[in-house]
Amino acid sequence: MQLKKIKGRMAVATCALLQAASPVAGAAGSEWDVDTSFLYYGEADGRVQAFEPAIRAGRALGDDDRIELRLVVDALTGASPNGAYAITDTPQTFTTPSGDSSYTIAPGEQPLDSTFIDTRIALGADYTQSLDRMSRIIWGANLSGEHDYFAMGVSANYARDFNNRNTTLNVGLGFNSDSVNPHSGVPTEFTPMRDSGAGKNVDGDSETKTITDFMIGVTQVIDRKTILQLNLTLGSVSGYQNDPYKIVTVTDNPATGLPVTGSAFFSGVNLPYVYEKRPDSRQKNILFFKAMHHLEEDVVDFSYRYYSDDWGINSHTLGLKYRYQLADSYLQPQVRYYSQSAADFYTHNLVLGADVDAGTGEVLVDYASHDYRLAESETITLGLKYGMPMANDSEFSVRAGLFTQSVNDGAVPAGQETPDLDAMMLQVNYSFVW
Amino acid sequence: MIRITTLILLMTLVGCAGMGVEPWERDLLAKDSMQLTPDYFDNFYDEHIYFSKEASNGGQGVGGGGCGCN
Repeated sequence: MQLKKIKGRMAVATCALLQAASPVAGAAGSEWDVDTSFLYYGEADGRVQAFEPAIRAGRALGDDDRIELRLVVDALTGASPNGAYAITDTPQTFTTPSGDSSYTIAPGEQPLDSTFIDTRIALGADYTQSLDRMSRIIWGANLSGEHDYFAMGVSANYARDFNNRNTTLNVGLGFNSDSVNPHSGVPTEFTPMRDSGAGKNVDGDSETKTITDFMIGVTQVIDRKTILQLNLTLGSVSGYQNDPYKIVTVTDNPATGLPVTGSAFFSGVNLPYVYEKRPDSRQKNILFFKAMHHLEEDVVDFSYRYYSDDWGINSHTLGLKYRYQLADSYLQPQVRYYSQSAADFYTHNLVLGADVDAGTGEVLVDYASHDYRLAESETITLGLKYGMPMANDSEFSVRAGLFTQSVNDGAVPAGQETPDLDAMMLQVNYSFVW
Repeated sequence: MIRITTLILLMTLVGCAGMGVEPWERDLLAKDSMQLTPDYFDNFYDEHIYFSKEASNGGQGVGGGGCGCN
């Protein structure tokens, strides 16, 4: 009886202590927990570079509620693949998205559109509403804008604790409404890219897309050192999902893969490339598993994701981070492996006379894209982070990462393969209480 | 896959009823380094970069901003 009483009192005292130590419950009224971060991301060979400062601030409201605000700025420059592939013999000329100028790619070089430049600003807010001692809802809102894309999203996540707070059930629903406003109008799907100044084939100024996600998940404390998470997400995207700047090469000889010449249709102002077309619906299933294990000093963070959608893409993602505790700081090596299959409609080119009507130029297949991101590919990332906790609950950390993405094009003529993409990232974080 | 996962989730809920720790055994679990997303912006940037370079995204939660980068 006495033992039970002591156990009960210890539970109450420990709970109170832990709550005081927890950043979520413990932010003493007027204090903001602030995270600031800056990312530099750079791809090799003059491709994309991004500079991305971000800030997040959260504070307790009343006894149990909490608010969080976020701002992210994303400045991008560089060159991005336009969907055509390298050919070895002759230069290739393309029209910029604006339709009024052109650029030429040397033989053997991957066609990149160097007019790629953009600034994106994203705002987000979350409000955690405590329903009772064991359950809460996090309401979220997001807004982002860039010169050709605007996104709005809302979400609700319900969480309920069970089993002495060792099990938590999470149910989430998210809805996004996005609009795409490409340079000089939305290119008409499967129509040829035209010579600069000849007028672009357009189909209106903008298109829309809606994204709905439903997630159900469980987190479970296994023992004093281990916690597991398992989530199932069902996602649905409907509406415009083409990349309005990507084209597909039209050839009349699959053995050489060279862009068609001497065609009645693809001649004069019509270049031998057509704007891509993807399905307007996409259903995704995602299984995500995570395990965190404390080794008294160090921490192991393992995650696995299986992704599958009705475009034919299946992927596996494995992540491992090992936090190695030093005297007053820590080092964290990180590794990530990603592998995906190709979308059903991913194609190297379209063949005149088979996929494309030779007389009218009408494309006879339902969908086609040569966006390398829809190809079979593998990505390997290696990273290292160094973190240094400082006085007054602040922390400074720096993280560097290198990744290589390789695409398996399948059987394509020599010299037309998609080159590997190498990129590096450098990130600096500073967190403090204000 | 949906059925199997639902079953796993249910089994986890039921099967894990006996697992876990007492409140005073949460010393390690309460550390920042043991939170499921210990470094918000590390995770945020990673998701953002991979979203723009790969065909898969999501799994860790719902919500978040859209982007014209994919």
